Amino acid sequence: MPDAIAYILAKYNYWMAVILMMIGLYAMIAKKNLIKKIVGMNIFQTAIILFYISIGFKKSGTIPILEHNGHVIDVAKYSNPLPHVLMLTAIVVSVSTFGVALALAIKIYQEHGTLEENEILSELEQ
Amino acid sequence: MGWHIDIIVLSFVVIIAIAAIEVKDLLATAVLFGAYSFMMCLLWSIMGAVDVAFTEASVGAGVSTVFFIAAIFHTKRRSQD
Amino acid sequence: MKYLALLVVLLSGMALIYTGLDLPPWGDPNSPASLHVSPKYLRDSLKDTAVPNVVTSILADYRGYDTMFETTVIFCAGLACLVLLRVSKVERKGAHFRHKATGLVLHVKISGLLEHSREFERIDTQWVPHDIILKTMCRFLIPFIQLFALYVVAHGHHSPGGGFQGGVILGASVILLSISFDLRTGLQKVGELKIGLMSATGVFIYTGIGALCLLLGSEFLNYGILSKILGVDPVMSRSLGIFGVEVGVAITVMAVMIGIYNYVSSEGRLDEGL
Repeated sequence: MPDAIAYILAKYNYWMAVILMMIGLYAMIAKKNLIKKIVGMNIFQTAIILFYISIGFKKSGTIPILEHNGHVIDVAKYSNPLPHVLMLTAIVVSVSTFGVALALAIKIYQEHGTLEENEILSELEQ
Repeated sequence: MGWHIDIIVLSFVVIIAIAAIEVKDLLATAVLFGAYSFMMCLLWSIMGAVDVAFTEASVGAGVSTVFFIAAIFHTKRRSQD
Repeated sequence: MKYLALLVVLLSGMALIYTGLDLPPWGDPNSPASLHVSPKYLRDSLKDTAVPNVVTSILADYRGYDTMFETTVIFCAGLACLVLLRVSKVERKGAHFRHKATGLVLHVKISGLLEHSREFERIDTQWVPHDIILKTMCRFLIPFIQLFALYVVAHGHHSPGGGFQGGVILGASVILLSISFDLRTGLQKVGELKIGLMSATGVFIYTGIGALCLLLGSEFLNYGILSKILGVDPVMSRSLGIFGVEVGVAITVMAVMIGIYNYVSSEGRLDEGL
């Protein structure tokens, strides 16, 4: 039993990233308000970013800014910088998508007068 | 000490995320969403990703919250579920 | 619908956890993700580009092609907000004018009647009084915010920062001006034409530096060849190329953030905001 608990605690970050992804997915499917769906999409995106950064972490490592002292660079002393770079692009894309999604929500409200999905669908079927 | 803070902040993040999608007032969702962004920024700077944390702090807890409140201002503030 | 959603979420979660059992333990320095390309970037960044911040040198030099398209994505997002929301023909429903001495508010339907009067000021539909503390403090803060943003852009080589973060903070300073005063003041300082031109200029600077490298005889976005026109050795020319590219990213990001705020907060009409 303590073996299983140590096993769970060793990869705690990954399980929490999966839980956050599932919270985001639930908000995107089950909520009826359009703004809640947009919030769920953003929670999903930041959970993915958390997962990637957890992959690049090293317990003995520090931030990936090198020192100028001219010694041999020990790779195990710096966190892996490649996931950081990829996730910078991901954050940029997520804020762009958020802005365009809010513009779409405002346009839908101007057309139909409501932001609830079931009311919009019933109005479209008439 | 470094990774003990990690476990506490991760539990906070999950609680804030569940609260952000369950409240009915959309202004409260905006504020909780800004708090969620700030907690994520803290988490990434614990893990040594300072560039990503800087970007998330300026984008998520700054500009993204302003866009959200500007959008709620022109649509309904109360959601039905 | 909610039970179906819960079922889907549980099944996906269990599948992901089952996949996660195979991952290496968290924080392992010898995990396979850290053993292929990243040691090469960590060892060669200071030698090849004279930039200690490895994230900046990977973002703008080793993987500069991705960053060029990321800048284009931000530009397209600003363009999409413009196309969706902008209303071109705005019929004036009348403006509200407030007499400064007595506090009387008039709703005037004839356009151009009280625009240039000195006793009347134009207010929004939802005007709140007693905001002089807010206006004064924001007027003090905005130059310092912009100075800090320029510092973040220029110091991206040695500390966390770079083009994108500095651009967002620059955009946030103008958004602060639009929130604390009103949208018309923000539009007087940075108008719609300037925002459109600036967002295109940033992408043009980035692609222009890449094309300049192509014209000088090397590959696209290989900044070492810029030493021919800059007069420094190839290592410093790569560092200066990274800086030029970051300036382009900062200009585009600032313009798009201001643009999206303007369109979203005024529903495309650009007359009154939050």
